Amino acid sequence: MRPFTYERAASAEAAVAAVASRPGARFIAGGTNLLDLMKFQIETPAHLVDIRHLPLRGIEDLPDGGLRIGALATNTEVAAHPRVKREYGVLARAIVAGATGQLRNKATTAGNLLQRNRCPYFYETSLPCNKRQPGSGCSALGGVTRSLAVVGTSPHCIAQNPGDMAVALRVLDATVETVRPDGSQRRIAIGDFHLLPGDRPEIEHPLAPGELVTAVTLPRPPGGTHRYHKVRDRASYAFAIVSVAVVLQEDGTGRVAFGGVAPRPWRVEDAEALLPSGPAAVVAAAFQGATPTAGNAFKIPLAERALALVLSEGRA
Amino acid sequence: MARAQAAGTMGSVVVALTVNDERRRLDLDSRVTLLDALREHLHLTGTKKGCDHGHCGACTVLVNGVRINACLSLAAMHDGDVVTTIEGLGRPDRLHPVQAAFIAHDAFQCGYCTPGQICSAVAVLAEVEAGVPSHATGDLTAPVTLDTSELRERMSANICRCGAYSNIAEAVADVAGRS
Ligand SMILES: Cc1cc2nc3c(=O)[nH]c(=O)nc-3n(C[C@H](O)[C@H](O)[C@H](O)COP(=O)(O)OP(=O)(O)OC[C@H]3O[C@@H](n4cnc5c(N)ncnc54)[C@H](O)[C@@H]3O)c2cc1C
Ligand code: SF4
Ligand code: FES
Ligand code: FES
Repeated sequence: MRPFTYERAASAEAAVAAVASRPGARFIAGGTNLLDLMKFQIETPAHLVDIRHLPLRGIEDLPDGGLRIGALATNTEVAAHPRVKREYGVLARAIVAGATGQLRNKATTAGNLLQRNRCPYFYETSLPCNKRQPGSGCSALGGVTRSLAVVGTSPHCIAQNPGDMAVALRVLDATVETVRPDGSQRRIAIGDFHLLPGDRPEIEHPLAPGELVTAVTLPRPPGGTHRYHKVRDRASYAFAIVSVAVVLQEDGTGRVAFGGVAPRPWRVEDAEALLPSGPAAVVAAAFQGATPTAGNAFKIPLAERALALVLSEGRA
Repeated sequence: MARAQAAGTMGSVVVALTVNDERRRLDLDSRVTLLDALREHLHLTGTKKGCDHGHCGACTVLVNGVRINACLSLAAMHDGDVVTTIEGLGRPDRLHPVQAAFIAHDAFQCGYCTPGQICSAVAVLAEVEAGVPSHATGDLTAPVTLDTSELRERMSANICRCGAYSNIAEAVADVAGRS
């Protein structure tokens, strides 16, 4: 790790001001992604502002029947929350399909949403990578691409968003709440939170420097049957090759998002409208325009099979 | 209690921890992880370093009663926290029930992963009690029973290079069955 100074923020305002005013300053929450990357010197912050002790950890009912999850609520706390287990089951399922018991105790809701990608070339600092070193090139193109994205990519980056929780938040129509350095607050729809790479793959989310995520809110529970199915190389404790989050209603309609296939949780509303026609129609529409490589084209038929499995269970 | 603070020199921090019931105060480089603070500065070498990246579970300790990977946390982040390591769970003459079960079931070979396995198992029992679901949980709203698939899933982040898994599972199941 490169040397850095450390402070524990006394308030959200102080945390925002500390990061906004110092070049190279970063928030640290659970630290499970940031410290990992700092050890590889992929991230080299000069100053860390520890936000873990801010009062942003609660999970509260909203007057409209929804739920407000504090940015610092741990993955374990969210998955074990009685209303999440009962009414937002897809979220509990997605969280416990990710990482490990130890990591979920530390990982926070905001940190999880902001975790960086798992492209093997992003981690290999001797090779070019447009995310790590803007403009240096993409080593994955022409390389080993098995785990990488098949849709939503650009000629500058084909990394996938590796998260599980975010895929469930996408089918739940979650909103990310933030506070900006000027004190104003804003609400960002989860579908707009993870940016596609385009020609600036190093810009991964719309947050300004110092902008602090304070909460994630969920609208009223959608009802229906909730499923999260993750296909991975080991039965436990591995990132998704393909995952699918589904909320299925009794009339056969529902919502579908895929993980492990795109730079963001991949939900196409026009595609999920085809649910009554079956998984092949949904996947054909959701992956229209996909540009897989020879090494990861298998993800599209795999996504169809994962969805078919979930639908057959959901109706049983 | 001393708050961790950026002192005059670049990246030094003062950290006050309660480790295995003892108050400890450390003057550290801000980069020191909780794992290195325990091993290199407090000489509590029971907690092991395997990967240093959250992959192996050898560094599992309990912080405020909850299991975490000590390698993916800065010591400074734990100022004011209560840490329990394998040394604090039991003593040779007064073993923790999970420690005793590991001996009874011959749940280790080289022993490198064992402190992490035991700390993890102690926490798993508490997580089950608290209704924390896992990937192996069937009905999310029913109380969790620690059957074989639940146990294996919940212990899956503790890698054993010697492959003592079946005896580890038996040891933990033994303690779970008694409680
Ligand atoms: C071995 C291993 C396996 C894993 N497997 C999986 C998996 O299968 N599925 C999965 O989804 N994830 C997996 N993960 C990733 C894990 O979920 C993330 O590391 C974790 O969720 C990050 O949360 P954190 O609080 O520790 O974030 P941190 O590391 O503290 O922060 C991550 C980023 O978010 C920023 N940040 C944090 N909080 C805020 C805030 N409130 N406002 C603004 N910015 C903020 C930080 O500055 C940093 O850039 C794995 C990780 C490891 C190490
Ligand atoms: S796919 Fe993206 S993260 Fe991977 S090497 Fe290319 S630019 Fe870097
Ligand atoms: S040393 Fe911490 S998980 Fe391997
Ligand atoms: S007993 Fe040797 S690694 Fe587990």
